[in-house]
Formats: sequence, C-alpha cells, structure tokens
Amino acid sequence: MSTDRSAKGAAHRPVNLDLTQFSFPFAALASITHRITGVILFGAIGFLLWWFGEATSSPEGFAAVAGSGSFKFLVWLILCAVSYHFFAGIKHLLLDFHIADTIEGGELAAKIAVGLAAVTSLLLGIWIW
Amino acid sequence: MVTNVTSFGRSGLSDFVLQRVTAVILALYTLCVVGYFLTAGELSHQALVGFFGGTAMKVFSTMAIFATVAHAWIGLWTIGTDYIRPHYFGGVATTARFIYQAVCIVMLFIYTVWALQIFWSL
Repeated sequence: MSTDRSAKGAAHRPVNLDLTQFSFPFAALASITHRITGVILFGAIGFLLWWFGEATSSPEGFAAVAGSGSFKFLVWLILCAVSYHFFAGIKHLLLDFHIADTIEGGELAAKIAVGLAAVTSLLLGIWIW
Repeated sequence: MVTNVTSFGRSGLSDFVLQRVTAVILALYTLCVVGYFLTAGELSHQALVGFFGGTAMKVFSTMAIFATVAHAWIGLWTIGTDYIRPHYFGGVATTARFIYQAVCIVMLFIYTVWALQIFWSL
C-alpha cells in the first residue's frame, strides 16, 4: 500500500520547476538571501572558532587576533550575515503563525527585515570601527 | 523500503519543528553573546575567559553548538535537494549531492568536536 501511495505521490509532484525561468518578487529574493547568508554563516563558524580559540588561549593569542588587519572587516561581514539571517529568520517564524503570509504582507515583511538588517549592519559597523 | 536519507529527525515534520526550536535557541545565544560584546567595554583575554568560562555560559554554548548542528544540517540538506538535482546537474546530480552532504556532515562533526574542546577547556 505504501509503495502505491509513494508512486502516486511521485507522479503528482512538480519535480521539474526550472528556477532560471522564474521572475522573482522581492520576498523571493529575500528568501534566497536568507539561504545564502545561512551557507555563509556555516562557513564562518570555522573562522569564529579559530579566532575564539586563539583569543582565549593566551593574552598573546588575543593580541594576535585583535591586532590583525582583516579581523575587523571579516567580523563585520559575518555580523552583517548574522543580522540578516536573524531578522529574516524571525520573519519566517512569524509566517508560521500566519503573520504577514499574504502577498502584500510578505512583501512588506521582507522589506522590513531587509531594512532592519541594513540598519543593524550599519550600527555594528560604526561600533566596530 | 528507503524513503528518505536526508532528514535529521524522523520525518519532515520533525525537521520542521527542530529547525524552528534550534532557531530560537541560536537567536537567544546570539543576543546574549552580541549583548556581552556591546556592554563588556574593553575586551581582553581575561575578560573572554571570565565570561565564557562560567558553567552557565559553557552549558549555553554547548546547547548552541548542538542547535547549530541540527539547524545547519536541516538548512543544508534542504538547499542541496533543492538545487543539486538532475534538472541542473544531469546524471551526476545524485553523486554530487551525496558528496555535498558528506562534506557538510564531516564539517559539522569537526566543528562540534573542535567547539566542545575550546569551550570546555576554558
């Protein structure tokens, strides 16, 4: 029975949507950016652990990490990704509760999330430098 | 019968819930850590060890590590099955996706052990 059901289910699935043929509305681009920042953050974990391990190993290690030229810029880039993923993630949680899940509401929520992430990234940049 | 080799939990619904619960844990951890950095004043090796070396922060950090593993894996397999498929990759799609997923799992394993070692030796 389960075999029949899965065969029937497979036949009804739209498996060949070609994403390159779509015109993406703002909310869709915001959603894809959420995925991209997620992948970036996955890669960033390695850098964060490396810096954190060095900085907590000894005062000399801390000085070496804090004093490196690219450190501030890379941390800021990671924080930009964090703030976007954070706000867009909260938007997704709200969608689960049917908040802003209409076309207009989703568009507005996506713009708010992008706006909040942009402002937060700017403020974090000011704080870092 | 094999129906699914990608999910983290027992089902799609389980993954859906895990993705959201771990998101909340990671959001709270992020606020806690960023909040600390914003209010700590002059940072030093001593200050970092003092803050992250406390038992409560070690437990919270460990929770964040495991939340990261589940959250990242669910996000990464979703992305893999959405984009690494025959329509874009042709006949090598399944092999490419398998390699992609294997790399993700190995990296998450390395992150986990490495992070636990760093946090629990503070």
